[in-house]
Amino acid sequence: MSTKEQKERIELLQGTLDLLILRTLLLGPAHGHAVAKAIEFNSDDVLQVEQGSLYPALHRLIKRGWISAEEGTSENNRRAKFYRLTAKGRRQLGIETGKWEKLAGAIAQILRPAEQEGEP
Amino acid sequence: MKRRERMMEDLDQDIRDHIEIETQDNIDRGMSPEEARYAAMRKFGNVTRVREDTRDVWSLVWLGQLGQDIRYGLRLLRKSPGFTAIAVLTIALGVGATTAIFSIVDATLVHPLPYPQPEQLVRVVDDLPGVGAQDVGMSVPEWHDLQRSGIFEYVSLAVYGPVNLTGSSQPTRARYSGVAPNYFALLGVKPQLGRSFDPEDQTPGFTLEVLISDGLWKRAFAADPGILGKSLRLDNDLYTVIGVMPAGFHDPGRTTEQRNIEVWAAVGFAVPGRTPPLRNRRRTGAAIARIKPGLTIAAAQSQLDALVASLQKEFPEDYPLQSAWTVRLVPLKETVVGNARQSLILLLGAVGLVLLIGCVNVANLLLARASARGREMAIRETLGAARMRLVGQLLTESLLLSLLGGMAGLAILFCTKGSLVRLVPDSLPRLNDISINWPVLLFALVASLAAGAIFGLAPALHAGRADLTHMIKQEGRGSTSSGEQARTRRLLVVTEFALSLVLMIAASLLLHSFWELLNVRLGFNPQNVMAVRTWLPEPNDPKTDIYGTPAQEAPFLRELLRRGRTLPGVEEIALGNRASIPLNHDLTQSPLVLEGREIQSNQPPLVETSSVTPDYFHLLGVTLQRGRLFSEMDNETAPAVAVINEAFARTYWPSGDPLGERLKLSPEDSSWTTVVGVIADARTESLVDSSVPQIYMSLYQAPSQGASKELAIFLRGRLDPAATPVELREQVQAVNPELPVFGAQTLNDALSASLSERRFSMEMVGLFALTALLLAGLGIYGVISYIVSERTHEIGIRLALGAQSRNILRMVLRQGLGLAIAGAAIGLVCALIVSHLMAGLLYGVRPTDPLTFAGVALLLIGVALLACYIPARRAMRVDPMVALRYE
Repeated sequence: MSTKEQKERIELLQGTLDLLILRTLLLGPAHGHAVAKAIEFNSDDVLQVEQGSLYPALHRLIKRGWISAEEGTSENNRRAKFYRLTAKGRRQLGIETGKWEKLAGAIAQILRPAEQEGEP
Repeated sequence: MKRRERMMEDLDQDIRDHIEIETQDNIDRGMSPEEARYAAMRKFGNVTRVREDTRDVWSLVWLGQLGQDIRYGLRLLRKSPGFTAIAVLTIALGVGATTAIFSIVDATLVHPLPYPQPEQLVRVVDDLPGVGAQDVGMSVPEWHDLQRSGIFEYVSLAVYGPVNLTGSSQPTRARYSGVAPNYFALLGVKPQLGRSFDPEDQTPGFTLEVLISDGLWKRAFAADPGILGKSLRLDNDLYTVIGVMPAGFHDPGRTTEQRNIEVWAAVGFAVPGRTPPLRNRRRTGAAIARIKPGLTIAAAQSQLDALVASLQKEFPEDYPLQSAWTVRLVPLKETVVGNARQSLILLLGAVGLVLLIGCVNVANLLLARASARGREMAIRETLGAARMRLVGQLLTESLLLSLLGGMAGLAILFCTKGSLVRLVPDSLPRLNDISINWPVLLFALVASLAAGAIFGLAPALHAGRADLTHMIKQEGRGSTSSGEQARTRRLLVVTEFALSLVLMIAASLLLHSFWELLNVRLGFNPQNVMAVRTWLPEPNDPKTDIYGTPAQEAPFLRELLRRGRTLPGVEEIALGNRASIPLNHDLTQSPLVLEGREIQSNQPPLVETSSVTPDYFHLLGVTLQRGRLFSEMDNETAPAVAVINEAFARTYWPSGDPLGERLKLSPEDSSWTTVVGVIADARTESLVDSSVPQIYMSLYQAPSQGASKELAIFLRGRLDPAATPVELREQVQAVNPELPVFGAQTLNDALSASLSERRFSMEMVGLFALTALLLAGLGIYGVISYIVSERTHEIGIRLALGAQSRNILRMVLRQGLGLAIAGAAIGLVCALIVSHLMAGLLYGVRPTDPLTFAGVALLLIGVALLACYIPARRAMRVDPMVALRYE
């Protein structure tokens, strides 16, 4: 990884990882590696997720009952653990998305005038 | 925990899969297998941390932290055994003593009645406020009215008195109670053996069936399991035992004797073939009743008031308006507890204060330690420990200390329980056995936790507010106490002094009262006097009573006097009935009817009545004021005469001369009794009250009746307390071998016994006050020592600059004095409040006695100065060179 590459990547805000996992699982059950790949791929590699940190988050979501874990087979026909969004998780995703949009909108509103002032 | 383990296993599998897939992807992208694996590992991050973070998701974080804190705390306590021992011992003594007193309070005040639904139990008390009489007792028709009223589930009557129990090796006296058949159904207690009386039994007279107490069963019948159906001779009547009450069952009586009844017989309270009992003849004490379920005492009282009003209309002759008859319901609990409540609450308060002072002392120790640990805390905080976490840790340590203390306290209590219970005077009303039961254990736990929270709070709060840079900068200094902490410590010492002063003033006031009571002018001379009792049997059939009339009884009395006089050492002898025994706290009251005032005597006032032989007054050293005393001529054939005391004369003939006036001590008496003499008031009824109206009859003329069948034999002389009762028994039983001889007691012992409750609370509060004084002294010693060691450097400079060591001494003492005076001032204000609350326990001393207040405050300040003198001398001897080099 070059220095330049690192500069362009953004560290995740606390708590947003949960949101991203829920959103990813909305498309269907997936195993851990697939979830990490999907987040990286869908964010054009901008979001830097240390893949390991995914697992405590997954377990936290299981404990809250937002996702469930089940046995399944991966693409290469191997036994793997699949995570699936529960109905409760689906509801939670709606709530979290709403919250996120509100937050993002608010921050954008604060930042916009600054951008305009900066323009010549 | 199973779930967590499974989750962790799954996690490991997941991580392995994850890295394998990533490696495979990398190989597919063209990396060498080694490179690919390394890249995958790097991308995944720290496996151990991932595992730990995931484990935290599944574990209770606080529980783990608590475990950590406890382990750490225990390690710290082990590391400073001296501190731990002092703190644990202080808390152990505080919690142990508080729990001990609470166990007494629990058994007497909180759960005084060991019966089901005790809140429904009441005493039904008749008052005649119009003639100034309270609790005048109940008549049988009134009892029937109450039973029919619909207010109560049961109403029961009881009469008390001793009976002679014959048949065993020695005739003994048993404490007896005649109760209505519904008595045990009312209380809700079943016998451990056999059956109880039939509550619906309407048999008049006696049923000749008895229940006996567990104690009597074991004492007189060797716990014979075949006791049921056996016969028992009580006052020459044959009764059948139908049941044995459970061990620990106590009658809810008002006196110690009543609470320890040994034989219960069912009584019908009506005699067949005789005229039915009269409405205005109050033959028994207040009734006991169980209110119907769902009815409150207040609701029952208002229904009862209506009943009383209608009865007054129906029987205007029995309830004249001027007597203003009322009936009030008193919770049974209150009548049992009586006036012990105030002294018990005082004791609990006093011991609580001791615990609080102990807590303050431990808080002071902890603060001193906290300042030594200030740097540790500061460093941990800079390394990222959350403040709440540090506060939590300190609180955990304090609670650990207090729980250890509490456990040690309970251990001490368990070991000393036997001897502690013996300290409690018998007169304390307790129907329950004092025991360390669940509520008491819970109390001990709460007390220890509260103590821990109290003494742990100050150091914890300081840790939560510490100034980090300041702490860490003080590199070289051994201690790092802030000004704020020093202030807190001074405040704690002031609190300690204030609390101790309150306790000491309470103790001094009690001591003063006790002293006053010991030195009160008795009006009689108890020296070298012994009272021994016997009991003349009273069979149910009057025809078989060999002492039924004065003519039958008088020869026996004269023979007793003659034989008693021959005993070794006896100089004087006299006889009296039970009521004549000084300070036996057994009220024997008779309704008084005065000649010429019969009409208003329809509800006669009750007066203290005793019957005595002529020598009684001389033997007790009571002085005659007017008229004459009894003589041997005032016998069964002579006209009846009475001697009254001055209080009696003042009450009933405030202006006139009582000599020659005539009265009756029962409305049914046919003849009048003439007052022939007035004696000086003596405190024979109560040490506290010097003027109880009393009237004495000649024992030859007023033979014992009912409860007065008990005879007291008074002896004065050089008596052997062990031998005399035995010799007297031989003489009594030479006249009648069926008579028991018991209850031998010197009047000095009786005097002392009548003060037992006061002595108990005085000794206890005194002990607590001394402990408080010691703790306060230690507290101020600790703080001043600390201040001196903090200021060693400064003192060194002062000395080097030429200060006199006297000045240094004065400077240090002044600091201690300041704290002591501030504490004493606050304490005096609190003590004023407390002493007014305990006014009811005082005698002969005002709650604001200036001498006590000033004396105790001075004593406390003196102790403070003494405690400060030791560190002050150390300060005086500081070597300037050493002090300066030390820095």
